[in-house]
Amino acid sequence: MPRPSIGPLVLIAALAAPPASAHPHVFISAGAELLYRDDGAILGLRYTWTFDDMFSAYALQGVEQKTRGAYTRSELDHLAKLNVDALAEFRYFTFARSADEPAAANAPFAEPRDYYFDYIDGSLVLHFTLPFAAAMRARSMLVEIYDPTYFVAMVLEDTDPVRLVGAPAACAISLHRPADGPATARALGEAAFAGNANAGLGHMFANTLTVTCP
Amino acid sequence: MTARRISPGGWIGAIALLALAILLADAAIHAAAAQASLFQGPRGAPAPPATGLVGWLLQKQSEFYRQMSATIRAAKSDGSAVWTLVGISFAYGVFHAAGPGHGKAVISSYLIANQETARRGVALSFAAAMLQALVAVLLVGVGRLVFNVAAATMCDAERALEIGSYGLIALVGAALVWTKGRALLDAARHWRAPHDHHDHHDHHDHHDHHDHHHDHHHDHHHHHDAHHGHAHGPLPDELAGPGGWRRGLGAIVAAGLRPCSGAILVLVFAFAQTLYAAGIAATFAMGLGTGLTVATIAFVAVRAKGLAHRLLAHRSGFGALALRLMECAAGALVLLFGIALLSGYLVAERATCF
Repeated sequence: MPRPSIGPLVLIAALAAPPASAHPHVFISAGAELLYRDDGAILGLRYTWTFDDMFSAYALQGVEQKTRGAYTRSELDHLAKLNVDALAEFRYFTFARSADEPAAANAPFAEPRDYYFDYIDGSLVLHFTLPFAAAMRARSMLVEIYDPTYFVAMVLEDTDPVRLVGAPAACAISLHRPADGPATARALGEAAFAGNANAGLGHMFANTLTVTCP
Repeated sequence: MTARRISPGGWIGAIALLALAILLADAAIHAAAAQASLFQGPRGAPAPPATGLVGWLLQKQSEFYRQMSATIRAAKSDGSAVWTLVGISFAYGVFHAAGPGHGKAVISSYLIANQETARRGVALSFAAAMLQALVAVLLVGVGRLVFNVAAATMCDAERALEIGSYGLIALVGAALVWTKGRALLDAARHWRAPHDHHDHHDHHDHHDHHDHHHDHHHDHHHHHDAHHGHAHGPLPDELAGPGGWRRGLGAIVAAGLRPCSGAILVLVFAFAQTLYAAGIAATFAMGLGTGLTVATIAFVAVRAKGLAHRLLAHRSGFGALALRLMECAAGALVLLFGIALLSGYLVAERATCF
C-alpha cells in the first residue's frame, strides 16, 4: 500500500532536478587566438564571438541606428562596453590554467582591450582581447571555454577555431569539443584538477584546449 | 471525514504519482549523463541518444527552442510559417515546463498544503501559465513598443519581476506554514487526547460551572464543538477555509509573475521582424503548453493528496496528525523554495541579460 508520505516525495524528486539543466538560451560561436610574447610567455586571448540572431535582436533593443537594419561600429560602442563589462562576472566563460601543476588555480584576467561589435547578417559579432593579469608561463596550458550554468552555449567555430599567434614553432594544440564525447584530455584534466572550483553542470559542455610547448 | 473506500481514480492517481516520482528520481540521477548528450554540434554532428527522462525532455525543448527562431525567420517571408511557429511554441511550452522551474513546484506544494479539488488545481496551473505569458507580452510590448527601452533596462525589469515572484513565493509559503502549523499544533494536541480525555471532561465540568456563574453560554458551546470535531478527526474542509478565486491568487501570481526567458527572446525576435501577432500568438501557445504540463503535475499532486487523505482520515488522531504534518511540510517547502530562490542558493533560469 502506498505510504501517505508520497505527496512530498514527488516534490522532493521534482526539486532534485538540477536547475542548471535548463537548455541554453544564447548561442555563441567562438574563435580564439592565443597571443604569445617573444620569450614564449602567454599574454592572453583574442576572441571573436558571434551571437545567435535571437539574442542579438534582444541585445540591440533601444540602440539608435541611422540606417534601418544596419549598425555601425560606433553605434554599437556603448553596447560593446556594456557586454564586456557584464562578462567579467562570468569570467568571460574562459578558465585557463597551467597544466604543469595538478592544483593550479585559474589565471585571473586583466580588463579586456580593443573590444567592438560588428553587425553581420542579423548577428552581433563581439571582438575583444582578454589579457592575463600576468603573462603565463606553462609548458602545458589548459583553457576551458564554457558557461558553468549552460545558459549560454559556447560553440567553437567550425574551421580552425583556435590559432596560436607568435608561439614557439614546436607548440601543439589539442582541442576537444563537447561533442567529442569523453575526451581523454578532459578526463585527465578532471582527475588532475579535482577540487578546482570549476564545478557546474555546464562543465560537461566545455571546449577544452591544451597547448603544449616542449 | 468518514472512512471511505478508495476509488479507482485514487489508485490510478497514486500509481501515476509513484511512477512520476520514480521517473523524476531516475531523471535526477541521470541528469548529469543526459546533459552530456544534449549538445548539438553546429556541424550537424548527430547528438548521442539522451539517457533518462530528463535527458529526453531537455533534448526536445532544446530542439523546439532552436526551431522557434528558425520558424520566425521563415515567417518573415512565408505567412503560413506562423502556424508552425504556434505549434512549435506549444510543444516547447510542454517540454520546457517539464524541465526545471519553480512554477510547478510552487503550485503542487500549494495544492498539497491545501485541500483543493483537482479541477481547481488544473485551473490554478493554467491561470499561472497564462499570467506568465501575459507578463511577457506586456513587458516586451510596453518596454519595446512604448518606451523603446535598451536591453539592459528590459533585463532590469525581468530581474525586478523575478525578485517579486520569489518574494511572493516566500510569502505564500510563510502564510501556509502559519495556518498549517497552527492546524498541526491543534492536531498534535488532540493526538494526546486519549490520555487527556478525562482531564478534558473535568475541565468541561469546570467550565460548565463557570458558565453558570458568568453566563458564558456561547463559550461553552464553542469548546464543546471543537472537542466534538476532533474526536472524529478534524474536518480538513473546515481547515481549508473559505473557497473562491482569491484564495489561490497568491499562488498564481507567485508562480506566474516571472516570465520565462525563452518567451521574452522569442517575442523580442518576432517584434524585431515586425511579426507582432505571430510573436504574441507564439507566447500564449507556449503558455498553454506550460499550463498543460503544470496542470498534469498539479492533478497528480491533488489526487495523491486525496488518496493520502482517504487512507488517513478514518484513523482519528494519527491520521489527522499525519495529514496536518504533510500539509505543513508542503507549506514549509514553498517557504524554503522562496528563500532559496531569493538568496540565490537555488538558481532558476537566468534572466536574459548577462
